Amino acid sequence: MAEEKEKILQIRDLDITIHTAAGSVHAIQGVDMDLIRGETAAIVGESGSGKSITMKAVMGILAGNASVKGSIEFCCYHEDGRREKVDILKQDKKWIRKHMNGKQIAMVFQDPMTSLDPTMSIGKQVMEGMIWHFKMPKKEAWNRGVRLLEEVGIDDAQKRMKQYPHQLSGGQKQRVAIAIALACNPELLICDEPTTALDVTIQARILELVQRIQKERGLSVIYITHDLGVVAKVADYVNVMYAGKIVEKGRADEIFFDPRHPYTWGLLSATPDMNGMDRRLDPIPGSPPDLLHECAGDAFSPRNPYALVIDDKMAPPMFQITDTHFAATWLLDPRAPKVEMPKELKARLNRMRKEAREYGSKL
Amino acid sequence: MKNYILKRILTSFFTLLAILLVLFLLMQLMPGSPFHDEKLNQDQRMVLYAKYGLDQPLIVQFFNYVKNMLKGDFGVSYSISKNTPISQLIQTRLPISIRIGGTAVFLGTVFGLVLGLIAAFRQDTIWDVLATVISVIGVSVPSYVFALVLSYTLGFKMGLFPMIFKEKQALISSVLPSIALSMFTTASIARFTRSEMAEVLGSDYMLFAESKGISGAALIFHHGFRNALIPVITVLAPLAADLMTGSLVVEKIFSIPGVGSLLVNAIQSNDYNVAIALCFLYSAMYIGLMLVVDILYVVIDPRIRLSRGEIHL
Repeated sequence: MAEEKEKILQIRDLDITIHTAAGSVHAIQGVDMDLIRGETAAIVGESGSGKSITMKAVMGILAGNASVKGSIEFCCYHEDGRREKVDILKQDKKWIRKHMNGKQIAMVFQDPMTSLDPTMSIGKQVMEGMIWHFKMPKKEAWNRGVRLLEEVGIDDAQKRMKQYPHQLSGGQKQRVAIAIALACNPELLICDEPTTALDVTIQARILELVQRIQKERGLSVIYITHDLGVVAKVADYVNVMYAGKIVEKGRADEIFFDPRHPYTWGLLSATPDMNGMDRRLDPIPGSPPDLLHECAGDAFSPRNPYALVIDDKMAPPMFQITDTHFAATWLLDPRAPKVEMPKELKARLNRMRKEAREYGSKL
Repeated sequence: MKNYILKRILTSFFTLLAILLVLFLLMQLMPGSPFHDEKLNQDQRMVLYAKYGLDQPLIVQFFNYVKNMLKGDFGVSYSISKNTPISQLIQTRLPISIRIGGTAVFLGTVFGLVLGLIAAFRQDTIWDVLATVISVIGVSVPSYVFALVLSYTLGFKMGLFPMIFKEKQALISSVLPSIALSMFTTASIARFTRSEMAEVLGSDYMLFAESKGISGAALIFHHGFRNALIPVITVLAPLAADLMTGSLVVEKIFSIPGVGSLLVNAIQSNDYNVAIALCFLYSAMYIGLMLVVDILYVVIDPRIRLSRGEIHL
C-alpha cells in the first residue's frame, strides 16, 4: 500500500509575487499541495484566485516578472527505474524544458482555439515534441502521431495529421491538444480548464477521454477549474483556492458532503443544480480582492456572511478536520460560535449524496 | 490554390487597366498640352497633333495607347527629349532606381527585423527603448534630412563615400542614398515586428509549445517567426514599391539619374507619354508586389491557403 501512496508532486510554501507596472501582486501566498501518483487532484476557485499561476510554476512557464519562493518537488523515474526527486523551482528554465516539460509534466490549455499554432499542421505539432525530446526519426514520429490521434478519438487520423487547426472543431482541437500533451509519455498531466471553452455536449466526452487515458497510462492528473461539476466527476482530491491561498482541501467526498469553509459553501451554492428542486442560485456577493493591496486578516472576510471579528485582524490557520481534510476558517476554532452551512445547501448536498449512492458515482 | 493565384493575377490585370484609364483621363484633363510653345502657330500645332494622333477622339487615343503598350511600346517623349522612345528613356534610369531602392528595401528589412526582434525579446529593457527611439526617429524624420546629414558627415567631412552619384562607381556611390532611403523602412518594419512578435510571444500557442519542452531557436523560428511575419509582409510591400520607383528628393540630393527626377520633369513639361508611362510603371510595380505578397500569404498562412483555394476536408 505504501507504494501506492507515493507522492508525485509536493508543493510547499509556494509564494509567488508578480511585479507589474502597477505594483507588486502577491498572487500566491503560501500554498501547500500534494498529489499522489495515479490520482486526480482539482484546484477550484474563481478567476484570479491563483490556480493557473500555481500550475504555471509547476511547468516552469511563469513570465519573467514573477519571483517565486518555496519548493515544488516532483518525483520522477528514470528509464533505468531509478527514482529521483527534483525541486522544480531550483532548476533553471533550460533544464526544465529539457527534462520536465512534455516528458514528465505536460499541460492542456483552456482554449484549444488559441493553444494550437495556427500556421503549423496538426501532424507537425504532434510530432514536434517527440522529435525534439527523443530525436525520433520523422517516419516513426509520424506513425506514433497517428496512433496518438487515434488514441484520443480522432477519426481519419492520417488525413488529420496533414490538416491545420482551423479545419477542426473545438472538441477535436482539444483532443489534438491532449494528444500533443501525451506525445512524450508524461507522468503528470495538468489540465487548465480543459472544457471551459467547449460546448457542453463535448465537455463530458473530453473529461471521459482524459479519465480513460489516465486509467490506461496510469497518469496523475491535475485539473484547474471553476466548475464544480467537473470536479465532482473526476477528482479524487480537491483544493479550493481563494486569493492566492488554499482555503480548504480534502478528498472529493469530504469537500462535497462535508464542506467547512464558508467560501466552499458559497461555491457549492452558486452551482446550478440540474435537479431543479430549488431554482434559486446563490452567487457569492462581491468579487475577489485585488491582490495589489495586501490586507490584514482573511481575504474572504468582506464577502463572508459568517465572518467573525477576528477575520479582519488575523488570517486563519489551517484547521485539520480529518486525516485528509483541512480548512482555513476561524469557524473551526473551538472558541468560535457554532455555525452550520446554509440550510438549502445542506438539503441539496444530502440529495446529491443519495443520488451518488444510487448511481454509484465516484463520490 | 491555383484558382486563387489565377484569380489574383486576373484581378491585378484589370486593376492595372483601370489605373491606366484614370491616368490617361487625368493627363487629358490637365490644362495645357505638350506643344504649348508660343513659337508654334495654330496650324503647326495641328500638324503635330495629327502626327502623334492627338486629334482623334479620346476613346480612340486610349485604345491605341493600350494596344501599343501591350506590345511594349509606351510611345515617344514629346518634349523632354523629343521623339526618344520612352522605353529607351526608362531603360537607362530604371535599373539605377531599382538598384538603390532594392538595396534600401533589403537594408531596411534586415535592420528593421533585427531591431524589432531585439525590442520584442528584450521588452522593457534599455534595448527596447533604444530600438523604439530609433524607430520613432526613422518614421518621423524625412529621408532627405537623413540624406543631407549622411552626405555632409560621411560624404563631405569624412570623405568615405561620394556625395554625388557616379555611374562608374555605381556600387559605392549608391551606399549613402540607400541608407537614407532605408531609414523609414527600417523604422516601420521594426515597429511592426516588435508589436507582432510581442503579441505572438504572449500567445497561448507559444506557451503550449513551451510546455511541450520546445525552447530556444526552434521555439522562435517554428512557432514565433512565421506567425509574426504575416502582418510584417503586408506593410513591406507598399514600402518596397515606394522605394523601388525612386525617391524624387533623394535622387535630387545625390544627383542620381533615376526615374524620380524624370517623372518630375515629365509632369512639369506636360510630356503625357512619359508621365503616364512612369505612373503606370509605379502602379504596376505596386500591384505586382501586392500580388507577390498575396501569393506569399498563401505559402505562409494555411488559413488563407485553404479558405480561398481548394478546401480538402
